[in-house]
Amino acid sequence: MTIGLGHYLAVGAILFTLGILGIFLNRKNIIVILMSVELILLAVNINLVSFSAFLNDIVGQVFALLVLTVAAAEAAIGLAILVVYFRNRGSIAVEDINMMKG
Amino acid sequence: MIFPALFFYLFSAVLVGSAVMVIASRNPVHSVLFLILAFVNASGLFILLGAEFLAMILVVVYVGAVAVLFLFVIMMLDVDFAALREGFLEYLPVGLLIGAIFLAELLLVAGGWVINPTVAKSITAPIPGNVSNTEAIGLVLYTTYIHYFQIAALVLLVAMIGAIVLTLRHKANVKRQNISVQNARTKAAAMAVRQVPSGQGLRESDAAEWVK
Repeated sequence: MTIGLGHYLAVGAILFTLGILGIFLNRKNIIVILMSVELILLAVNINLVSFSAFLNDIVGQVFALLVLTVAAAEAAIGLAILVVYFRNRGSIAVEDINMMKG
Repeated sequence: MIFPALFFYLFSAVLVGSAVMVIASRNPVHSVLFLILAFVNASGLFILLGAEFLAMILVVVYVGAVAVLFLFVIMMLDVDFAALREGFLEYLPVGLLIGAIFLAELLLVAGGWVINPTVAKSITAPIPGNVSNTEAIGLVLYTTYIHYFQIAALVLLVAMIGAIVLTLRHKANVKRQNISVQNARTKAAAMAVRQVPSGQGLRESDAAEWVK
């Protein structure tokens, strides 16, 4: 019962799918959509780190670190935009984001 | 040794379960708490893989910063989250269908895929056996990948400045200290000496000049 690369890739695939499913299910709640994006990036990180461990190459972990950086920046900017949007509109419903529609 | 396999199944089961709860829970605060649980279990998986540094960074960055940021925003915004959940069941069938197709495709790709034996020759930076994981990352991150590292730092800087610029607002009715104006005030501008005639006092116009 050894745990191979395939097991970790399966966990990553399930997590990625759950993230996509979360975006579909919570189409109105942008906070949960942002959390789903974090889940997707976590799945990508699991893939990178498992390949790095099983192929004995440290570069995967370096790239996982860079993905982590981008994920943190994305969460910060996304939540800042959310706060500004809430101040202007008093709601965070995604469907209301059509003010700039021509 | 059965323990690594046991811990792998424990961590991945809790990870997948809490990820389900993140997207299915009614209360966004519960979603954030399950997100924290998911990240802690993912860092357990990273430790099993031998990536201790990334595991610790995951706990520090995600649990310590990103999840708390989510929690802070959720509690700061006064949003009716029940109204935002409308349509959850409406989207459930199509979401499950797309998710099932996607997962099946991913698992087919992952299952039918084998590592080419020649890939071992193209490894760019093999993990050195005699140093710790943190040192091994540092050995390549600060030398070969220094530009990636600096660009990542720049991304964080831009994100920080952007978040501040977006959310900072100047209220019109709040008085602020203007230090240059204060320092430019001289004795002549600040005070005036008046010879007040006895029994008459000062006129209104003089008082207005004082206040200025």
